[in-house]
Amino acid sequence: MPVLVNLALGLLFGLGLIVSGMSNPAKVLNFLDIFGTFDPSLAFVMAGAAGVALVGYRLVLRRRAPLLAPRFELPTRRDIDARLVAGAALFGVGWGLGGFCPGPAFTALGLAAPGTLAFVPAMLLGMWLARRLPASG
Amino acid sequence: MTAFTPLAALLGGALIGLSAVLLMLIEGRIAGISGMASRILPPWRGGIAPRAAFLAGLVAAPFVVQAVTGSPVAQTVSANLPLMAAAGLLVGFGAVLGSGCTSGHGVCGLARLSPRSLVATLTFMATGFLTVFLMRHLLGG
Repeated sequence: MPVLVNLALGLLFGLGLIVSGMSNPAKVLNFLDIFGTFDPSLAFVMAGAAGVALVGYRLVLRRRAPLLAPRFELPTRRDIDARLVAGAALFGVGWGLGGFCPGPAFTALGLAAPGTLAFVPAMLLGMWLARRLPASG
Repeated sequence: MTAFTPLAALLGGALIGLSAVLLMLIEGRIAGISGMASRILPPWRGGIAPRAAFLAGLVAAPFVVQAVTGSPVAQTVSANLPLMAAAGLLVGFGAVLGSGCTSGHGVCGLARLSPRSLVATLTFMATGFLTVFLMRHLLGG
Protein backbone atom coordinates (compact mmCIF):
# COMPACT_ATOMS: atom_id res chain seq x y z
CA MET A 1 0.00 0.00 0.00
CA PRO A 2 2.69 2.62 0.87
CA VAL A 3 4.46 1.71 -2.37
CA LEU A 4 1.34 2.41 -4.47
CA VAL A 5 0.65 5.65 -2.59
CA ASN A 6 4.21 6.81 -3.14
CA LEU A 7 4.12 5.86 -6.81
CA ALA A 8 0.91 7.87 -7.30
CA LEU A 9 2.24 10.88 -5.37
CA GLY A 10 5.53 10.78 -7.27
CA LEU A 11 3.52 10.79 -10.48
CA LEU A 12 1.48 13.78 -9.25
CA PHE A 13 4.68 15.62 -8.28
CA GLY A 14 6.17 14.84 -11.70
CA LEU A 15 3.02 16.05 -13.48
CA GLY A 16 3.36 19.30 -11.52
CA LEU A 17 6.96 19.66 -12.69
CA ILE A 18 5.96 19.05 -16.31
CA VAL A 19 2.83 21.28 -16.28
CA SER A 20 4.83 24.09 -14.68
CA GLY A 21 7.63 23.74 -17.24
CA MET A 22 10.21 23.00 -14.55
CA SER A 23 11.10 19.68 -16.16
CA ASN A 24 12.80 21.78 -18.84
CA PRO A 25 16.28 22.96 -17.72
CA ALA A 26 16.12 25.83 -20.23
CA LYS A 27 13.26 27.38 -18.24
CA VAL A 28 15.12 27.02 -14.96
CA LEU A 29 18.31 28.55 -16.42
CA ASN A 30 16.32 31.48 -17.80
CA PHE A 31 14.86 32.08 -14.33
CA LEU A 32 18.41 32.27 -13.02
CA ASP A 33 19.42 34.63 -15.86
CA ILE A 34 18.05 37.87 -14.41
CA PHE A 35 20.28 40.03 -16.57
CA GLY A 36 19.59 38.10 -19.78
CA THR A 37 16.63 36.05 -21.01
CA PHE A 38 14.82 36.23 -17.65
CA ASP A 39 11.73 34.00 -17.28
CA PRO A 40 10.09 34.49 -13.86
CA SER A 41 7.97 31.31 -14.09
CA LEU A 42 9.96 29.41 -11.43
CA ALA A 43 9.01 31.97 -8.77
CA PHE A 44 5.32 31.30 -9.57
CA VAL A 45 5.88 27.54 -9.32
CA MET A 46 7.46 27.91 -5.90
CA ALA A 47 4.74 30.30 -4.76
CA GLY A 48 2.02 27.88 -5.93
CA ALA A 49 3.69 24.86 -4.35
CA ALA A 50 4.69 26.49 -1.07
CA GLY A 51 1.31 28.25 -0.85
CA VAL A 52 -0.65 25.01 -1.15
CA ALA A 53 1.75 23.26 1.25
CA LEU A 54 1.60 26.13 3.77
CA VAL A 55 -2.18 25.78 4.09
CA GLY A 56 -2.26 22.00 3.63
CA TYR A 57 0.45 21.25 6.21
CA ARG A 58 -1.42 23.33 8.79
CA LEU A 59 -4.56 21.29 8.28
CA VAL A 60 -2.73 17.93 8.16
CA LEU A 61 -0.50 18.57 11.18
CA ARG A 62 -3.53 19.08 13.42
CA ARG A 63 -3.90 15.31 13.29
CA ARG A 64 -2.17 13.12 15.85
CA ALA A 65 -0.68 10.84 13.23
CA PRO A 66 -0.60 10.33 9.48
CA LEU A 67 -3.00 7.84 7.90
CA LEU A 68 -0.53 5.04 7.16
CA ALA A 69 2.40 5.69 9.56
CA PRO A 70 2.68 5.80 13.36
CA ARG A 71 3.93 9.40 13.51
CA PHE A 72 4.92 12.49 11.54
CA GLU A 73 8.63 12.64 10.70
CA LEU A 74 9.49 16.34 10.70
CA PRO A 75 12.93 17.95 10.71
CA THR A 76 13.51 19.51 14.13
CA ARG A 77 16.78 21.41 13.72
CA ARG A 78 16.57 25.18 13.65
CA ASP A 79 20.27 26.15 13.82
CA ILE A 80 22.04 27.60 10.80
CA ASP A 81 25.35 25.73 10.47
CA ALA A 82 28.22 25.83 7.99
CA ARG A 83 27.16 22.55 6.34
CA LEU A 84 23.73 23.92 5.52
CA VAL A 85 25.12 27.06 3.90
CA ALA A 86 28.05 25.33 2.14
CA GLY A 87 25.80 22.55 0.87
CA ALA A 88 23.17 24.97 -0.42
CA ALA A 89 25.88 27.11 -2.05
CA LEU A 90 27.39 24.12 -3.92
CA PHE A 91 23.91 22.92 -4.85
CA GLY A 92 23.13 26.33 -6.38
CA VAL A 93 26.32 26.27 -8.47
CA GLY A 94 25.41 22.84 -9.88
CA TRP A 95 21.82 23.98 -10.44
CA GLY A 96 23.07 27.04 -12.34
CA LEU A 97 25.44 24.95 -14.47
CA GLY A 98 22.96 22.26 -15.54
CA GLY A 99 19.49 23.71 -14.93
CA PHE A 100 18.51 20.50 -13.14
CA CYS A 101 17.68 19.94 -9.51
CA PRO A 102 16.91 16.38 -8.33
CA GLY A 103 13.13 16.30 -9.04
CA PRO A 104 13.30 17.48 -12.66
CA ALA A 105 16.37 15.30 -13.25
CA PHE A 106 14.29 12.22 -12.38
CA THR A 107 11.39 13.30 -14.61
CA ALA A 108 13.91 13.78 -17.44
CA LEU A 109 15.65 10.46 -16.89
CA GLY A 110 13.44 8.32 -19.11
CA LEU A 111 13.59 10.85 -21.96
CA ALA A 112 17.29 9.91 -21.99
CA ALA A 113 18.91 13.10 -23.30
CA PRO A 114 22.70 12.59 -23.20
CA GLY A 115 23.11 15.51 -20.76
CA THR A 116 20.58 13.92 -18.38
CA LEU A 117 22.36 10.58 -18.58
CA ALA A 118 25.58 12.35 -17.55
CA PHE A 119 23.86 14.36 -14.82
CA VAL A 120 21.87 11.71 -12.91
CA PRO A 121 24.63 9.15 -12.19
CA ALA A 122 26.96 12.01 -11.18
CA MET A 123 24.24 13.37 -8.87
CA LEU A 124 23.81 9.97 -7.21
CA LEU A 125 27.60 9.71 -6.83
CA GLY A 126 27.65 13.17 -5.21
CA MET A 127 24.92 12.14 -2.79
CA TRP A 128 26.75 8.94 -1.92
CA LEU A 129 29.99 10.87 -1.31
CA ALA A 130 28.25 13.41 0.93
CA ARG A 131 26.65 10.65 2.98
CA ARG A 132 30.11 9.20 3.62
CA LEU A 133 31.27 12.38 5.35
CA PRO A 134 31.46 12.03 9.12
CA ALA A 135 28.37 13.35 10.91
CA SER A 136 28.62 16.95 12.06
CA GLY A 137 29.26 17.59 15.75
CA MET B 1 14.38 32.21 -24.77
CA THR B 2 11.49 30.55 -22.95
CA ALA B 3 8.05 32.15 -22.59
CA PHE B 4 6.88 33.42 -19.19
CA THR B 5 3.96 31.11 -18.28
CA PRO B 6 2.53 32.34 -14.96
CA LEU B 7 -0.73 30.36 -15.00
CA ALA B 8 0.83 27.02 -15.95
CA ALA B 9 3.54 27.73 -13.36
CA LEU B 10 1.01 28.37 -10.60
CA LEU B 11 -1.09 25.34 -11.58
CA GLY B 12 1.92 23.01 -11.82
CA GLY B 13 3.23 24.43 -8.54
CA ALA B 14 -0.13 23.71 -6.89
CA LEU B 15 0.09 20.07 -8.05
CA ILE B 16 3.57 19.81 -6.51
CA GLY B 17 2.23 21.33 -3.28
CA LEU B 18 -0.73 18.93 -3.30
CA SER B 19 1.61 15.96 -3.69
CA ALA B 20 3.67 17.22 -0.72
CA VAL B 21 0.56 17.71 1.45
CA LEU B 22 -0.84 14.26 0.61
CA LEU B 23 2.54 12.62 1.37
CA MET B 24 2.46 14.31 4.79
CA LEU B 25 -1.17 13.31 5.38
CA ILE B 26 -0.72 9.68 4.38
CA GLU B 27 2.90 8.85 5.21
CA GLY B 28 3.92 11.71 7.52
CA ARG B 29 6.97 12.59 5.45
CA ILE B 30 8.47 15.67 3.81
CA ALA B 31 8.48 15.51 0.00
CA GLY B 32 12.20 16.11 -0.38
CA ILE B 33 13.47 14.52 -3.58
CA SER B 34 17.17 14.60 -2.65
CA GLY B 35 16.37 12.98 0.70
CA MET B 36 14.52 10.17 -1.06
CA ALA B 37 17.21 9.70 -3.71
CA SER B 38 20.06 9.63 -1.19
CA ARG B 39 18.23 7.08 0.98
CA ILE B 40 17.90 4.57 -1.82
CA LEU B 41 21.72 4.51 -1.90
CA PRO B 42 23.82 2.53 0.61
CA PRO B 43 24.12 2.50 3.61
CA TRP B 44 20.47 1.42 3.77
CA ARG B 45 18.47 2.21 6.85
CA GLY B 46 14.92 1.06 6.19
CA GLY B 47 12.10 2.49 4.11
CA ILE B 48 13.69 2.12 0.70
CA ALA B 49 10.67 0.78 -1.22
CA PRO B 50 8.31 3.77 -0.67
CA ARG B 51 11.05 6.23 -1.62
CA ALA B 52 12.02 4.25 -4.71
CA ALA B 53 8.31 4.14 -5.66
CA PHE B 54 7.97 7.93 -5.38
CA LEU B 55 11.04 8.38 -7.62
CA ALA B 56 9.59 5.83 -10.07
CA GLY B 57 6.45 7.99 -10.22
CA LEU B 58 8.62 10.98 -11.19
CA VAL B 59 10.33 8.95 -13.92
CA ALA B 60 6.96 7.72 -15.23
CA ALA B 61 5.36 11.20 -15.34
CA PRO B 62 6.53 12.32 -18.83
CA PHE B 63 5.33 9.04 -20.35
CA VAL B 64 1.89 9.49 -18.80
CA VAL B 65 1.76 13.06 -20.13
CA GLN B 66 2.84 11.83 -23.57
CA ALA B 67 0.19 9.08 -23.56
CA VAL B 68 -2.58 11.51 -22.52
CA THR B 69 -1.71 14.52 -24.67
CA GLY B 70 -0.16 12.70 -27.62
CA SER B 71 2.76 15.10 -27.76
CA PRO B 72 6.23 14.60 -26.27
CA VAL B 73 7.41 16.59 -23.26
CA ALA B 74 9.61 19.40 -24.57
CA GLN B 75 12.95 19.99 -22.93
CA THR B 76 16.34 21.40 -23.79
CA VAL B 77 19.23 19.74 -21.97
CA SER B 78 22.83 20.83 -22.47
CA ALA B 79 24.82 18.26 -24.45
CA ASN B 80 28.07 19.36 -22.77
CA LEU B 81 28.60 16.08 -20.94
CA PRO B 82 31.55 17.05 -18.68
CA LEU B 83 29.61 20.17 -17.65
CA MET B 84 26.47 18.14 -16.91
CA ALA B 85 28.44 15.57 -14.93
CA ALA B 86 30.07 18.32 -12.86
CA ALA B 87 26.64 19.91 -12.35
CA GLY B 88 25.18 16.59 -11.18
CA LEU B 89 28.05 15.98 -8.77
CA LEU B 90 27.61 19.44 -7.21
CA VAL B 91 23.81 19.14 -7.02
CA GLY B 92 23.95 15.70 -5.37
CA PHE B 93 26.79 16.50 -2.99
CA GLY B 94 25.40 19.93 -2.08
CA ALA B 95 21.84 18.69 -1.54
CA VAL B 96 22.93 16.01 0.94
CA LEU B 97 25.46 18.27 2.69
CA GLY B 98 22.83 21.02 2.97
CA SER B 99 20.07 18.59 4.03
CA GLY B 100 17.77 19.33 1.11
CA CYS B 101 17.12 20.73 -2.34
CA THR B 102 14.54 22.82 -4.14
CA SER B 103 11.70 20.55 -2.98
CA GLY B 104 12.68 19.82 0.62
CA HIS B 105 13.91 23.34 1.46
CA GLY B 106 12.33 25.46 -1.29
CA VAL B 107 8.80 24.05 -1.09
CA CYS B 108 8.27 21.96 2.05
CA GLY B 109 10.67 23.89 4.31
CA LEU B 110 9.38 27.31 3.33
CA ALA B 111 5.82 26.04 3.84
CA ARG B 112 6.83 25.00 7.38
CA LEU B 113 8.44 28.44 7.91
CA SER B 114 11.75 26.74 8.72
CA PRO B 115 14.59 29.24 9.19
CA ARG B 116 17.11 26.65 7.92
CA SER B 117 15.13 26.20 4.72
CA LEU B 118 14.84 29.95 4.19
CA VAL B 119 18.63 30.35 4.51
CA ALA B 120 19.26 27.34 2.24
CA THR B 121 16.81 28.59 -0.41
CA LEU B 122 18.23 32.12 -0.45
CA THR B 123 21.76 30.65 -0.62
CA PHE B 124 21.18 28.29 -3.55
CA MET B 125 19.20 30.96 -5.42
CA ALA B 126 22.10 33.39 -4.94
CA THR B 127 24.81 30.98 -6.13
CA GLY B 128 22.52 29.83 -8.96
CA PHE B 129 22.04 33.42 -10.18
CA LEU B 130 25.78 34.04 -9.84
CA THR B 131 26.71 30.87 -11.74
CA VAL B 132 24.40 31.66 -14.67
CA PHE B 133 25.67 35.25 -14.73
CA LEU B 134 29.28 34.04 -14.89
CA MET B 135 28.59 31.35 -17.49
CA ARG B 136 26.37 33.40 -19.81
CA HIS B 137 27.60 36.97 -19.45
CA LEU B 138 31.24 36.84 -18.39
CA LEU B 139 32.54 33.58 -19.86
CA GLY B 140 31.34 33.71 -23.41
CA GLY B 141 27.51 33.80 -23.18
